[in-house]
Amino acid sequence: MTTSREKVMGDIRKALGKRAQRDEAAEAALAARLEEHAPGTIPARAQKSAREQVRLFIQMAREAEASVEEVKTLRAVPGAVSEFLAAHNLPSAVVVAPDPALSDVAWESRETLEVRHGAARPTDLTSVTPAFAGVAETGTLVLTSGPGTPTTLNFMPDNHIVVLRAEQVVGDYEAVWARLREATAAGPPQAGKPAGKMPRTVNWITGPSRSADIEQTLLMGAHGPRRLHILLVRG
Amino acid sequence: MQPTADRFKENARAALADAELQKSLARMREGFVGRRSAAVERLPEFDTLRDEARAIKDHTLANLDFYLERFEANVAANGGAVHWCRTAEDAREAVLNICRLVGARTVTKGKTMIGEEIAINEYLEANGMTPVETDLGEYIIQLRNEPPSHIIAPAIHVSKSQVEAAFRRHHNNLAEGRDLSEPSALLAEARAVLRESFLAADVGITGANFLVAETGSVVIVTNEGNGDLTQTLPRVHVVLASLEKVVPTLEDASTILRVLARSATGQEMSVYTTFATGARREGDLDGPEQTHIVLIDNGRTRLLGTEFEEVLRCIRCGACLNHCPVYGAIGGHAYGWVYSGPIGKVLTPGLLGQRNARDLPNASTFCGRCEEVCPMRIPLPKLMRAWREREFRQPMGSPRAKWAVRLWAFGARNPVLYHLGARLASRMLRRRGGSLRRTARFPFAEGWTAHRDLPTPEQATFQSQWTGRRRAPGRMKPAAHLMSARS
Repeated sequence: MTTSREKVMGDIRKALGKRAQRDEAAEAALAARLEEHAPGTIPARAQKSAREQVRLFIQMAREAEASVEEVKTLRAVPGAVSEFLAAHNLPSAVVVAPDPALSDVAWESRETLEVRHGAARPTDLTSVTPAFAGVAETGTLVLTSGPGTPTTLNFMPDNHIVVLRAEQVVGDYEAVWARLREATAAGPPQAGKPAGKMPRTVNWITGPSRSADIEQTLLMGAHGPRRLHILLVRG
Repeated sequence: MQPTADRFKENARAALADAELQKSLARMREGFVGRRSAAVERLPEFDTLRDEARAIKDHTLANLDFYLERFEANVAANGGAVHWCRTAEDAREAVLNICRLVGARTVTKGKTMIGEEIAINEYLEANGMTPVETDLGEYIIQLRNEPPSHIIAPAIHVSKSQVEAAFRRHHNNLAEGRDLSEPSALLAEARAVLRESFLAADVGITGANFLVAETGSVVIVTNEGNGDLTQTLPRVHVVLASLEKVVPTLEDASTILRVLARSATGQEMSVYTTFATGARREGDLDGPEQTHIVLIDNGRTRLLGTEFEEVLRCIRCGACLNHCPVYGAIGGHAYGWVYSGPIGKVLTPGLLGQRNARDLPNASTFCGRCEEVCPMRIPLPKLMRAWREREFRQPMGSPRAKWAVRLWAFGARNPVLYHLGARLASRMLRRRGGSLRRTARFPFAEGWTAHRDLPTPEQATFQSQWTGRRRAPGRMKPAAHLMSARS
């Protein structure tokens, strides 16, 4: 009995005709194309100095309706978070990604700020997460999942605060893939990221959630966060 | 959904007479076109990227078996499972089995066109489950019990007050006196109601914008974030994807993503682009325990290797709909199935069979805008013409139309006869039009003149004017005429 896999594959090969009859060299060329994963054209706007890239990232993220605030060091993060909550009249409570990238943040410096570490719960109003990268060309954040970075933090709360270090900003998406391959392939495997593997989830996030499904009226906060606040750490 | 693509003419007539629909379509025409062209303007590399995107898909289609095998192997390496399905029936069965095995009751859904194709909601409902669409537009039309009318804006035909009516009818545990006059109030209510479904769901079904062979990743693109909640919160994530969604590498996906959002909504990038690879990993605090990818043919291999192969490059951005004068006049439902506008005119006969969608390839003005804006450079007018040629060659279509085409073809092959005919027709029209230069009736053109006057030519045909000028060269030389016009 042929399986449905064989049937579908058979249909594909039949439709492809000669194209499906590859010799070894042709097969090797396809494998090499995957190995090389060569990038296509990179927009000129992304090919700039690191400083210019950060500037472009901020501009593009703001155009996508994210808010961006520059802070000097990680030490300034708790204060900036408190101010953001106060400015939007939000309860002084956050759920924070239990990730080493944020372990140096001295949350206790803000006594009134209630901090919980973990994945998101339905009642959480504001989350704080690290990022893997920022992409200048469109102001896009790149977040990866792992034991310290549960994906629900990026989508369930109404407000999402992302801590991004300036040196994490790159010009284009392809530069992110290069960094990600480096991070997952080389050295001792990080927890939750077996060597050579993609993280379970890679989220590109460009501005807060939105919908224009009712009479083309653009509204923020459809299912994901209605506010996306980026704390760009300079030092 | 039950296709009505074979009743296109009746559908179109009804759409033209639907005042509410016409208002919605007018709104659509204002929005998408301007935003797309502004986004394209900002990216000088746009056309180069289109060429590259086309080359990527052509290469992938030519080696589809290879890349699908790679994709499958990498999904398995990451703890996911691939289910191969030849038909819609196979796919429905596969999804139901997965749902049954985990004892699913509530199933949340992200927007998926292949899900519409295989009518998965009806099937799950018939088998005792509750599928809940979570994309706002899809949710609205699910409540209204109707199919999407646009690839990326499924409820574009629905007005605000119709949304309010649907919500009041279905959300009947909420206060009757609540104010739902503003779109923001409607959105807030949908968000709250759907959040409950997200948390209750046992299985989440999404589509896929791309499948990445290199990594076994499934890519979805949304603006709302509903797709991410759908695939993150339930224990089981089911992906519905047709065969042609695969691309070789992450870089290839990135190139195509650069033209997708700009063509669709005119955004620089959609809000959420998610690359999901396999199931929850050790140590993860959230994410699905199981990931199933249901790979569906449902007619694709019948197009592969034929003159219609190019349509398989489509990335479902909806740009061709937004720029189509016919879609703009009648909306999406008239096309009678899942895909509307120019892409529907080419894809629907391919997937449903030409007999069930005979009129679709003919519902075109051949203005060519669809091909001009298609990010994947699909030659839609050429492919519509190919369907027309098939219709002509096969025993279908009206005999009268066939005779007219034959007569015309005969004339076109006999220049002397053709010019004579053109001269006669032109003279007749001019006489009829008189000083008004239009006529309300003309033989064989009743279909046109029933709704408007037919403009008549101001002068004799180009050919006879040209002959006249060549005979009297002193009167006006074409070159001199152009020179004087320029100065």
